Amino acid sequence: MITALAFYLFAGLTILAGALTILARNPVHSVLWLIMAFFNAAGLMVLLGAEFIAMLLVIVYVGAVAVLFLFVVMMLNIDFAELRAGFVRNFPLGIAVALVLLAEIVIGLGAVGQGGIVLGTADGSAAVPADMSNIKAIGMLLYGKYLFLFEAAGILLLVALVGAVVLTHRKRAGVRPQSVPRQNARRPQDATVNVKPEVGKGVSL
Amino acid sequence: MDWMQSLRLAAPEELLSISGLVLLLASAWGQTAKDARAVNWLAVLVLAGAAAMVAPTLCQGIGGEAALAFGGLFSADAFAAFAKLLIFAAAGASLLVAPAFFERHGGYRAEFPVLVLFAVLGMCLMVSSTNLLTLYVGLELNSLAAYVLAAFLKADERSAEAGLKYFVLGALASGILLFGMSLTYGFTGTVSYAGIAAVTNAGLSKGALFGLTFMLAGLAFKISAVPFHMWTPDVYEGAPTPVTTFFASAPKVAALALTIRVTIEAFGGQTAAWQQIVGFAALASIVVGALGAIGQKNIKRLLAYSSINNVGFMLVGLAAASSEGVAAMLVYLAIYVPMTIGGFVAVLMLRDESGHQLEAISDLAGLSSTRPLIALGLGSVMFSMAGIPFFFGFWGKFVVFQAAVAAGLLPLALIAALGSVIGAFYYLKIVKVMYFDEPAGKATGHSDMVHDWLLAVSALFISPLGWLLTKGLGALAAIAAGVLFAAT
Repeated sequence: MITALAFYLFAGLTILAGALTILARNPVHSVLWLIMAFFNAAGLMVLLGAEFIAMLLVIVYVGAVAVLFLFVVMMLNIDFAELRAGFVRNFPLGIAVALVLLAEIVIGLGAVGQGGIVLGTADGSAAVPADMSNIKAIGMLLYGKYLFLFEAAGILLLVALVGAVVLTHRKRAGVRPQSVPRQNARRPQDATVNVKPEVGKGVSL
Repeated sequence: MDWMQSLRLAAPEELLSISGLVLLLASAWGQTAKDARAVNWLAVLVLAGAAAMVAPTLCQGIGGEAALAFGGLFSADAFAAFAKLLIFAAAGASLLVAPAFFERHGGYRAEFPVLVLFAVLGMCLMVSSTNLLTLYVGLELNSLAAYVLAAFLKADERSAEAGLKYFVLGALASGILLFGMSLTYGFTGTVSYAGIAAVTNAGLSKGALFGLTFMLAGLAFKISAVPFHMWTPDVYEGAPTPVTTFFASAPKVAALALTIRVTIEAFGGQTAAWQQIVGFAALASIVVGALGAIGQKNIKRLLAYSSINNVGFMLVGLAAASSEGVAAMLVYLAIYVPMTIGGFVAVLMLRDESGHQLEAISDLAGLSSTRPLIALGLGSVMFSMAGIPFFFGFWGKFVVFQAAVAAGLLPLALIAALGSVIGAFYYLKIVKVMYFDEPAGKATGHSDMVHDWLLAVSALFISPLGWLLTKGLGALAAIAAGVLFAAT
């Protein structure tokens, strides 16, 4: 009972937030509605017993992707009024694309009704043991059985990082980085001079 | 799973990754050209050490269960060892010629040998892969390092263009490969080659066939087989020449060994499904590689087409789908690597008075009178690539054709042999330009000792003297190929 209620709550809010994402006039509001849709989708995943994917949705989509969107929308000076100007002119094309997508869904459902594609049977190496939450099961696989590949992927990311620095880093003229040893090695007698200028002559530096 | 045993089996890879990380730290502080040279020599030493660790595996012919590490994710068998030795040799040679080249083009940086080490690590994972996951991680590790290496000369527009082109097309190919892998996984239910073989031996579903086709398309890009070869001439021409030396040798070995593993280990029971694809790619590569090279004016582009052509001959061996065919391919690879390195080292040695690289074929005119030793070295490379009898390159072609004929692919072998005749035309044209044309008198600059030695060693290897090695090389290749077929 409570599960059904929660499902309808999350599902309804997901659809509502999704609709408002495309209906909002202000792009920043659109992104905020998108974040709400992600949160509710995460709730649906929890109901399904897929806590890991729920976490992933919140951390990756909300935490990184949506914030990135928000940055892009706020920092780029995009004239959305201009983007929307061609709406009426492109309306037939948009409808046509929507119809194609609808037809694909209908055909897909029909094909499934005729009997789906026969996929291979999983070899069971990734099955979740009954006495474990799926986060723990994924962790066991990632840091146990597949540790070797996990480490290799770490080196892969390091290479990407080093590569980006190698290709973009260059020595620039005119920058004055701090040099701590030089600062420490400097003595007062090197930095100051004691002069006694003659009257009316001024100081030469 | 016994971790100690696994760590022992993967010791060369651990040596590579740890020394890569240490040298990376060293290069963060050592910014001068002198430090870069030191890091370079250390990297060469590391490669030599890794080769010494790998060699016993090949000689003892270790394979099957005894070679599996990390719960079957990694296989340090004799086949992988054979490919790794070639990779280490090729990468080491490319590192040896790099400092002299980059110092003339605005400074050598220590990141170069580090990236090469990581690329080599990726290639080791590729040739040792026993499942699609290791395959992909290794391939990407190699590719990401390679994209950066291609664009390493930031000030040079051609190098940046080569890097960008390689990156965009390489990412597309990786996507195609990944798509094929996910289809294969979906329709077989497993990522391990042995598991895929167990499922497909009972019958290949349509979906798995699609997966196989897409995977072969992605791999064909990585080995630059026709019709996925378009990037090769542009990238080989634009990339700095030591990097081109590296591209044409080490990753080719790794990607071809990987292709062998996927086709034989994962789809070995469904030979008919991929034999046609590989046979077509082989013939198309031979013909396009031979015809495309004829009109080239730049020696690096010519060598790029020649590498496409050579890949075609090696795929003829794979199309045979027999232990002899794979052994023939490995022999061909072992001859191809010194041939390619010799060719590119000779190109690196062509400098004018002020030390600039010469790349136009017209600059080679009359090289025999100005620099007779380079002309001799490059000439023997060309003779060997053309497959003129008694040069070592001939033996490679011979064993490949022999395997194809033994597998009943007589038409394939015949057309391939005809293709090699077309190829001989442009190889011999280079020899003619060097020996019989009026001297252009451009290539007068001098090169350093390392180049001389590398060219001398590779020229000796591919000269008729190389025939002394046929027995040993053939035996090693047979051991390596035998390990692969013992499992299936």
